[in-house]
Amino acid sequence: MLDLYRPGASPLHRLSPGPKLLAMMLCGTALFLVESLPLVAAALILTLGLYRLAGLPLRLAAAQLRPLAVILVIFFALQYWLSGPLLAAFVVTRLAALILLASLVTLTTRASDMIDTITAALALLRPLGVNPAKVGLAISLALRFIPVLGQITAEVREAQKTRGLERSVIATALPVAIRTLKMADDISDAIEARGYDPRA
Amino acid sequence: MIEIESVRLAYGDRTVLYNISLSLTERRVGIIGANGSGKSSFARLLNGLVLPSSGAVRVDGLNTRAKGKEVRRKVGFVFQNPDNQIVFPTVAEDLAFGMKNLGLPKDEIARKTDAILARYDMTDLRDHPAHLLSGGQKQLLAISGVLVMDPAYLVLDEPTTLLDLRNTRRVAAALDALDQTVILVTHDLDLLVAFDRVLVFDEGRIVADETPTKALAFYREHMA
Repeated sequence: MLDLYRPGASPLHRLSPGPKLLAMMLCGTALFLVESLPLVAAALILTLGLYRLAGLPLRLAAAQLRPLAVILVIFFALQYWLSGPLLAAFVVTRLAALILLASLVTLTTRASDMIDTITAALALLRPLGVNPAKVGLAISLALRFIPVLGQITAEVREAQKTRGLERSVIATALPVAIRTLKMADDISDAIEARGYDPRA
Repeated sequence: MIEIESVRLAYGDRTVLYNISLSLTERRVGIIGANGSGKSSFARLLNGLVLPSSGAVRVDGLNTRAKGKEVRRKVGFVFQNPDNQIVFPTVAEDLAFGMKNLGLPKDEIARKTDAILARYDMTDLRDHPAHLLSGGQKQLLAISGVLVMDPAYLVLDEPTTLLDLRNTRRVAAALDALDQTVILVTHDLDLLVAFDRVLVFDEGRIVADETPTKALAFYREHMA
C-alpha cells in the first residue's frame, strides 16, 4: 500500500474498496478451506487473469512475490522434506495466490479510498469508544511515514559509517529515535495547522 | 489584519518573545533573524499553533486563544520540512486532507485538486507517492495543500531552507504570484527584496521594523 497503487480505469479500479476487501477476505478464507492442488492452482491462474483485467502487466505480479521469494522457497523446501512435492507445491501455490490477491486490491485501490472504507466500517464500533477518524488518520500516517523512517535510518547509518560506528545499534537507534520524536511533534503541528479536528 | 498585542511567550522558565506589539496589514511581510531569535515561535503564534503566555493575537478580530479553529482556517501554515507536513501517501490524497477537514464535498475536492495540480505543473504527479517527489516538488505540494483550503493569510517558516537554487526560485515565483497576504520567515534575504515590510528579530525582540532595503542593511550590519 506504500506506493503500490497503479492508476487505471479498469472495472477493478472502478469498483469501490468495500466489495474488493470483502471479496478478498472471502476468497482468502476459501483458499484456506480448499485442500486440492488443482483448485488452488486454478485460483492462482484466475488471480493472474484479474491482473490482466486490471490492465496490470504480469511482471508486476511477479514483483509482488519477489520480496517474499525467500520465504516461499523455505516453505517449499520444508514441506517437500516433511510431506513430499505435492503438498509443497500446494502450500506455496496457495500462499502465492493469497499474496497476489491482496496485492491486486492495493494495486487497484487508492490508499485514501481504502482508508475511507475502513473508517466507515469502524463507525459501527463508535459505541465502544472507537474514533474511526483517528484510526483512519493513524493508518494513513503509518503508510506515509514508513518510507520516511527508512530514509532517516539510512541517513543516520551513513553518518555513523563515516565515524566507524556502522556496527553499533545504539549509535543508529538513538539518533533515529530522537529525529523521529522531533518529527512527530512537527507532524502533529502540521495536522493541526491543516484544520484536523480529532473530535470530528 | 493580524494584531499582536503585548505578547510574551515562554516555554517553562525560558522566555522566547518579549512584549511584542504590532499590526500586520501589508501583503508581503518578511521575518529574519538569527537561529533561536524567536522568529519561528512568532510565526506559530499567528495561526494559534502556539498561544501567548500573556497578551493576545487577533486575526481579523478573532483571538487565537478563543477561536483557534477559525483562525487556522484563515491562516495557512507551511513548515520548513515538507516531509513533516505531507501526511498522506500520494499527492492527490494529501491535497484532499485539508479540504476534507473543512468538510468540502467530493466533487469540489476533485475540482480544486485538479486546479492546483495544473497551476503548479504537477498534473502528472497526481497519484505519485509523496516520498518519491523531489525536494522542490514536496515543498510545492506542502504549499498547495495549504492553498486549497483558501486561507486569507499564508505563513511560511523557512520554506526554502532545504531547497537548491532552482527549487528556491520555483517556490519564490509561486509565492510571488499569490493573492494571499504572505508572511515569510527566512534566512534567504534575496526573497524579501520586493516585500512591503521586514521585521528583524534578535533574542526574542523585534530590533528593526522597516522597508526591505533598510531592514536588510540593518541585519547585515548588526547581525551578520
